Amino acid sequence: MKLRLVRRDAASRLAMFGAPVLALILTCLTSLILFALLGIPAGKALHALLLKPFLSWYSFSEVLLKMAPLLLIAQGLAIGFRANVFNIGAEGQFIIGAICASAFPVFYPDGNLPFMLPAMIVAGGLGGMAYAGIAAGLRTRYGASEILVTLMLSLIAVQILNYLLLGPWKDPRGFNFPQTVMFPGNALLPLLFENVRPNISLIFALLASLFAYLMMERHFRGYQLRTAGLAPKAALYAGFSAPRMIWLSLALSGLAAGIAGASEVAGPLGQLQRSVATGYGYAAIIVAYVGGLRPFGIVASSFLISVLYIGGDSATVSAGLPVAAVEVFQGMLLSFYLLTFTLIRFRVHLDREATA
Amino acid sequence: MSAVEFLLAGTLAAALPLLLAALGEMVVEKTGLLNLGLEGMMAVGAAIAFICVYHTGAHVLGFMAAAIVSAILAMVFAFLVILVKANQVAAGLAIGVLGLGLSALFGKTYESLTISGLPEYGLPLLSHIPLIGPTLLTQDIVVWLAVIGTIALWYVLNKTKLGLIITAVGENAEAARAIGYPVAVIRCAAVAFGGTMCGLAGAYASTVYTPLWADGMIAGRGWIALALVVFGTWQTGRVAFGALLFGILSLGELTAQAIGVAIPSQVLSSLPYLVTILMLVVISRHQFRASKRL
Repeated sequence: MKLRLVRRDAASRLAMFGAPVLALILTCLTSLILFALLGIPAGKALHALLLKPFLSWYSFSEVLLKMAPLLLIAQGLAIGFRANVFNIGAEGQFIIGAICASAFPVFYPDGNLPFMLPAMIVAGGLGGMAYAGIAAGLRTRYGASEILVTLMLSLIAVQILNYLLLGPWKDPRGFNFPQTVMFPGNALLPLLFENVRPNISLIFALLASLFAYLMMERHFRGYQLRTAGLAPKAALYAGFSAPRMIWLSLALSGLAAGIAGASEVAGPLGQLQRSVATGYGYAAIIVAYVGGLRPFGIVASSFLISVLYIGGDSATVSAGLPVAAVEVFQGMLLSFYLLTFTLIRFRVHLDREATA
Repeated sequence: MSAVEFLLAGTLAAALPLLLAALGEMVVEKTGLLNLGLEGMMAVGAAIAFICVYHTGAHVLGFMAAAIVSAILAMVFAFLVILVKANQVAAGLAIGVLGLGLSALFGKTYESLTISGLPEYGLPLLSHIPLIGPTLLTQDIVVWLAVIGTIALWYVLNKTKLGLIITAVGENAEAARAIGYPVAVIRCAAVAFGGTMCGLAGAYASTVYTPLWADGMIAGRGWIALALVVFGTWQTGRVAFGALLFGILSLGELTAQAIGVAIPSQVLSSLPYLVTILMLVVISRHQFRASKRL
């Protein structure tokens, strides 16, 4: 007798929703046990993690602030993931986007530049796109794995950021802190609401989600990308150009990550500093998967992960939860999602000796 | 001590965590998998080892505990990828994040505590050679064991049937399965070996190389080890050579002083990654051209 996984012909709609919900429940249960073992008041921690963010307008607005970059980056990444193009270096493209955007306010700290903000966003997007383009070029021309190249490029991007902040771009009046000058007012994104920090980059992210939906689910190009992912040989036979799929996937994900990076320095940070590299690019990979790589699913998952971030912050205060608990939670969520997703897409089949 | 002497003395120890983690990942990749969770497995190993040594004072126990815990984390990856058939990029990142988080969670109450490291031993006779004797040839016991282990691994992979089986599984899993090799079991064992090696690497970093606990102390060494496997083109000797090279580079500013050139340390820190990209292009180009001719 042998256990075998058999792919279902079609995953039911219920299953698509069921997998992430089941993963979330399993994650909550496991972390309850883990927290209890570590002597952290588990109920209090979970309350702070999942409910606190909804209990005040301020903390809810912080969730929306976090959601913007995560959503934007994850939408870009998911396009590639569905085409089997694994850009895992969004962190690097995000940093390069932030650097390119910062060039304008660094060189015009008085704001004497027309169209400062649009220039920053465009430069950020193009910078991220070009940086991802390196990986696309090396993959299509030499066959170098984009997984490793994008990862290496991210690590290099961190060093470029360090170099600029410790050297040429350091604020001369910044008490030697590794950060640039504070950006002038015309280099900052307009806020969405009064007194709280979410800015219009959330609108960019939602528009990108709509674009991703129209392209992936309603347009022939999306069909080509999905085919390239699900059945590479069929895509080749149908004459869909593999290099074009790779270029498109990496260009779009780099563009999205670059714009997100630009929005971060032109938004909550207001300057280029080391903390721009806080791992949004890596968290967005988790967001993309937990959202089932579907545009609307990603809107939901980016919201969920943002809630966890903000909840995690409040749990450090109220329940003595270490900051790292959020990482544990994210890691478990993705692991359980990969598990539940497969169990829903496949059914366990029992081969009996007699039938063999 | 001059910068050169410092480099001679410190390079092997700096290279060791990279070497151990990279050799483990090399075996994983030889069976046709890719586990991106090195950083997390090293971090959790480092935390467990530190806690263990802090309470018992026995480095042996610390290394063993780290190996076990990191191997368990690696088995989560094996379970997801081999049994559940999940995407390995996602699964590797998942256990990576999980490991980093767990290390900080476990290590929270040990933040910036210190323990004592290990004594260093000189090689008999050879340690009297001027300059390199008291520096390069005087190392702690783990370094000497790692040298022996690296040679043993080279022997197993290149001169034994087990080595051939591992290569066969990686190069053509279908064929290996058809001959009757248990592909899934071999892959599971390779992933467990990779986890164990990451655990040992982390343990060395936190209990010998810098015997103190600080959150984030692995500081990207898992990623460097991942690069190292590519740099070494999946060959034990070249990976070991690469570990030394990347070890020197990781000493960054010291190296710059030793060479006597004013290079920004960020350039030196980026070199391993740049060289790896170049290496990847060079290796892939041949296969890519060959596959296009078909």
